[in-house]
Amino acid sequence: MARRRGALRLWAVVLWLAAWQLAAVILAAAYPHGGLLLASPLSALRRLGELAVTAAFWRAVGWSACRILGGFLLSCLAAAVLAAPAARYGWVRELLAPPVAAVKATPVASFIILALVWLDSGRLSLFIAFLMVFPTVYLNLLEGIRQTDPQLLEMARVFRAPLGRRLAGIYLPQVLPYFRSAASLGLGLCWKAGVAAEVIGLPAGSMGERLYTAKVYFQTPDLFAWTAAIVAVSAAFERLFLKLMDILAGKAAA
Amino acid sequence: MEIRVRDLCKSYGGVPVLRNVTFTAGDGVTCVMAPSGAGKTTLLRILLGLETADGGTVEGADCRWTAVFQEDRLLEHLDAAGNLRFVLGRDYDGARAASLLAELGLEEAGRKAVREYSGGMRRRLALARALLAESAALALDEPFAGLDGETRRRAWSCILRHRAGRPVLLVTHDEEDAAGLGAAVVRLA
Repeated sequence: MARRRGALRLWAVVLWLAAWQLAAVILAAAYPHGGLLLASPLSALRRLGELAVTAAFWRAVGWSACRILGGFLLSCLAAAVLAAPAARYGWVRELLAPPVAAVKATPVASFIILALVWLDSGRLSLFIAFLMVFPTVYLNLLEGIRQTDPQLLEMARVFRAPLGRRLAGIYLPQVLPYFRSAASLGLGLCWKAGVAAEVIGLPAGSMGERLYTAKVYFQTPDLFAWTAAIVAVSAAFERLFLKLMDILAGKAAA
Repeated sequence: MEIRVRDLCKSYGGVPVLRNVTFTAGDGVTCVMAPSGAGKTTLLRILLGLETADGGTVEGADCRWTAVFQEDRLLEHLDAAGNLRFVLGRDYDGARAASLLAELGLEEAGRKAVREYSGGMRRRLALARALLAESAALALDEPFAGLDGETRRRAWSCILRHRAGRPVLLVTHDEEDAAGLGAAVVRLA
């Protein structure tokens, strides 16, 4: 069944790629500069192949990844530090509710422009990734902690299990699925918001800057190639992070 | 060690659950018997420090307890050893634990996570946990629920062998349990 669904998905992807290729060919034939409007998947792939063997490409990937994933990790840390007291004390929860709701509701572009007033463009993607991921991770962790079985906590209290054992034996197994789902969402979100911040802030050497340059010079194959690179890097980090989490969860359960 | 309970009262939302409960539990096994809803579990929860009584006094219960709760309250993702390590920490002795688990007929559990256990296996592991953990007294809330006759008798002898002089307060519906453990019986109205 899963194999059949996988084959169907593959066919769907192939079909859409063929439609994209056809549209690019038609546009190129219909207009003198039709190729500028829509690069074909083959030309984008060719360009990505050319870029991927240059040091500058990997420097840009490293530059953006360090800041965007740095923002993501800082966000996870802050969410964990704040969700624990928020789950315990109602006043902490209420104190944090307005800023969390505001960050959730405000368009990312507003924050990017506002942050450009405060920060240099080099730190912008880190800050924006941090800000966009925080509500998702914080709210999921808060829910996970609040769903912890009170009967198990009572048992730990009667048996006088110390905090370290309570964290590893009761809280962690309860919270990890919530964190995993938040991390999966947050990793996609941080790349989208982080690259958007780079495109607006144009920090030198970032993937967002390359994307913007490609747009300015009508280098459509570059535009698609950088977009594909961002999607691939984002997906790779998400898979890697979730795999690491699964290994850690397996070790915690052993 | 003696636990003296005098005129203990407890109500929930104005509905009395315990009314002037008075008894003394000695060093041995004391069996608290009462019809359903008569406050047996509430009584144990007060002794364990998980509830506060509305009135009356409890003397001698301010010590370290271990318990079998009405629910098993086991860590589902861990195996038997993991659950025992959780309460025992560095005091966990693999050989001693394995021997007690074998006495309770849990040797076949092996490395299986508790979520794969049957109801009876869970109950026996909860009992093993209470017996192995360091404490001055044991509170057992229907520890034999769901156990068949033979397993129940094995559990009785385990309690008698491993309580190590600690007073045991046992809540049960079954007269046979009290007789099998040679327990003093306290009846709640």
